[in-house]
Amino acid sequence: MPRLGADMTSGKVVAWLKRPGERIQRGDIIAIVETDKANVDVESFIEGVLEKILVQPGDEWLLVGTPLALIRAEAGTEPAGPALAPPPAPLPQTAVRAVAVPAALAPTVAAPAALPPTAAAGERARVSPAARKRALELRLDPAALAGTGPQGRVTLADVERAAQGVERTAQGAEWPARGVEWPAQGAAAQAAPADTSAARQLRMRVAIAGAMARSKREIPHYYLACTIDLGRALAWLTERNAGRAVTERLIYAVLLIKAAALALREVPELNGFWIDNRAQQSEAIHAGIAISLRGGGLVAPALRHADQQPLDDLMRGFQDLVKRARAGSLKSSEVTDPTVTITSLGERGVDSVFGIITPPQLALVGFGTPLERPWVVAGQVVPRPLLMATLSGDHRATDGHRGALFLAAVDRLLQQPEGL
Amino acid sequence: MTEDEIRVRVIQTLSGIVPELDPGVLKPAVSLRDQLDIDSMDFLNFLIALHQEFGVDVPEADAGKLATVDACVAYLAQALRKRTQA
Repeated sequence: MPRLGADMTSGKVVAWLKRPGERIQRGDIIAIVETDKANVDVESFIEGVLEKILVQPGDEWLLVGTPLALIRAEAGTEPAGPALAPPPAPLPQTAVRAVAVPAALAPTVAAPAALPPTAAAGERARVSPAARKRALELRLDPAALAGTGPQGRVTLADVERAAQGVERTAQGAEWPARGVEWPAQGAAAQAAPADTSAARQLRMRVAIAGAMARSKREIPHYYLACTIDLGRALAWLTERNAGRAVTERLIYAVLLIKAAALALREVPELNGFWIDNRAQQSEAIHAGIAISLRGGGLVAPALRHADQQPLDDLMRGFQDLVKRARAGSLKSSEVTDPTVTITSLGERGVDSVFGIITPPQLALVGFGTPLERPWVVAGQVVPRPLLMATLSGDHRATDGHRGALFLAAVDRLLQQPEGL
Repeated sequence: MTEDEIRVRVIQTLSGIVPELDPGVLKPAVSLRDQLDIDSMDFLNFLIALHQEFGVDVPEADAGKLATVDACVAYLAQALRKRTQA
């Protein structure tokens, strides 16, 4: 069971799209997995032959790391095993044996594990077996819990306490529970409710609660804000859209995404992950775009290589991503790839958003609503459309100075929209 | 096409963008953005869907003229009339 996003702890196999004996190319969609947020098309990142399906589609929620199938890598191809992230959960004995026997001939691996591991090696020893079992029942990520046992070991009591915390969060007023009815006390932490829309909403809230609480617990955020005169960019956009058919127009959010992605090239230490107690920069810039879902909740799937795409391609990718996110159908690479998150709360009148970083990412870029306000240009007070850009940075990885350089770069790039 | 026919098809088109839309509650003279929580991406998709439905490509400069259901109906009726006359 791949980890499809930092907030995923378990998933359900909805369907297999390949059969045993079939050849699998890198990028082939081999299965559909349901997470708390969407049905995700799981892409293989290795080549080989699907040897055996270990888990049939069904209602069972499986912990991330549970082997789902065996793929035999072809002779002569690069052994895929060592490249895989170590699964965070112990492998069942049968799977271990199945891997061990053919390993002498050709590497066979449990497929696929995704996303960089979110915790250091040796993680398993720090969670007691009873705690792990109970965490799975409660759909919590045991690795994300604070342990009070010997050497910080996570105990059964820690899991129960965390479950109560989730309940309290679910009942508090801090979540914008648009149309969601919270269940009576205790129900929030019960295993896999029936797949109704309300149940799905609840699961999404619990998933978001887990990731955001972990972020605020572990990541020392710093926040920066910068007012940007968007006049030039909006004028350029209006002119560019004027003669174009409705299917070829851009919305200003695409300019913001492109500018942020290009600025990350200049300050690359904001782009990547915090893993194993150090920052690991990513060369590729995959912008996770926060997309609010109708009825509440959000996902932040990746616009891949956002810095390299022409605006038209970026716009098409963005439209497609929003459509599929809201329909609940995303690809595994989209949910696991984001190296940074961009959120725009524009259009609803907020001045600025100081976001919570999506772990294990290093930064989150926020954009408020562009509004006409008085601004001084060449000694004169003039009305200009002003936009507040913000950065939430992980202070373990970067300092405010670098963050300030990033926001300055975003501003500079938006003053030359034709260069985006 | 009568204005009533246009209205039915406008609301159908809108339902494609806002699945939870309840046509009984929709206020024809109130801004779509205000009553339906749609953003600029949704609105652009609405214009694209209107284009597919009616064959009318709304120029960027006219987009502001389609803020309400009533306004959409009036705009489209006029555009369709012009096309018939042309």
